[in-house]
Amino acid sequence: MSEAFDIAETLDVKGASCPMPVVKTKQAIDDLAEGSVLEVLATDSGSMSDIEGWAEGTNGVALLEQVDEGDVYKHYVEKTD
Amino acid sequence: MSTDTPPASDGDSLTEAELQARIEELEETVADLKADDEQKKMTIVATQGTFDMAYPPLILASTAAAFGWDVVVFHTFWGLDILHEEKSGNLQLSAVGNPNMPMPNALAALPGMDRMATRMMEKRIDDNGTATIDELIELSLDQGVELQACQMTIELMDYDEDDFHDDVTVGVGAATALQHMAESDIQLLV
Repeated sequence: MSEAFDIAETLDVKGASCPMPVVKTKQAIDDLAEGSVLEVLATDSGSMSDIEGWAEGTNGVALLEQVDEGDVYKHYVEKTD
Repeated sequence: MSTDTPPASDGDSLTEAELQARIEELEETVADLKADDEQKKMTIVATQGTFDMAYPPLILASTAAAFGWDVVVFHTFWGLDILHEEKSGNLQLSAVGNPNMPMPNALAALPGMDRMATRMMEKRIDDNGTATIDELIELSLDQGVELQACQMTIELMDYDEDDFHDDVTVGVGAATALQHMAESDIQLLV
């Protein structure tokens, strides 16, 4: 699962709710180099749909995987061109 | 622009290099136009200054900025209070005439009830990990959202241009808002 990616950085937004998971993810991605993967840890159940929608509608990012671990939602976002 | 074909006698007045340069120039223009077209634009008009009504425009604006959109929020009338440095952290919920409040209007109209309802909502927001109004303002500005304060209502409300958060755009009116709306993919009135 997550071990498949070389994670450049982990963003912990546990406890924060909409719109923070998306906005903080965007800010963290901005600071990464192209090709890097960001891991996002969230407790907001809306983050599953929100981060998926954001990644779909945003240039320069690709959603690699989302994992629902029950108490925490993990998102893996790659910065592309 | 003329689409006339130049007379044959002038046919060799443009060298191949000149033609090449012209083609490159046009390709650049097309690329710029495409880029302009790809970036979505959104304009929100925020007219309300109650605690609950301050959230939707700020949440949508900060999220849209995360998508890389060009976002303007035009604040007018009570919406100005959202940008007011002293008032934005102290916006109130109205308990009266609010059917979502778990109390009858007769009770809600008592002094201090708005304050109490606001405190309850603030606590819920805190417990839920939802950002405060001031955090959302800062987040929006950091991400390049243009928060505009309508000049006419600044004067109407007897506010001063310095009363607003740093980086809030003042000195703008309806024409500026309309201009951005006309170019926007999404326009919302809150």
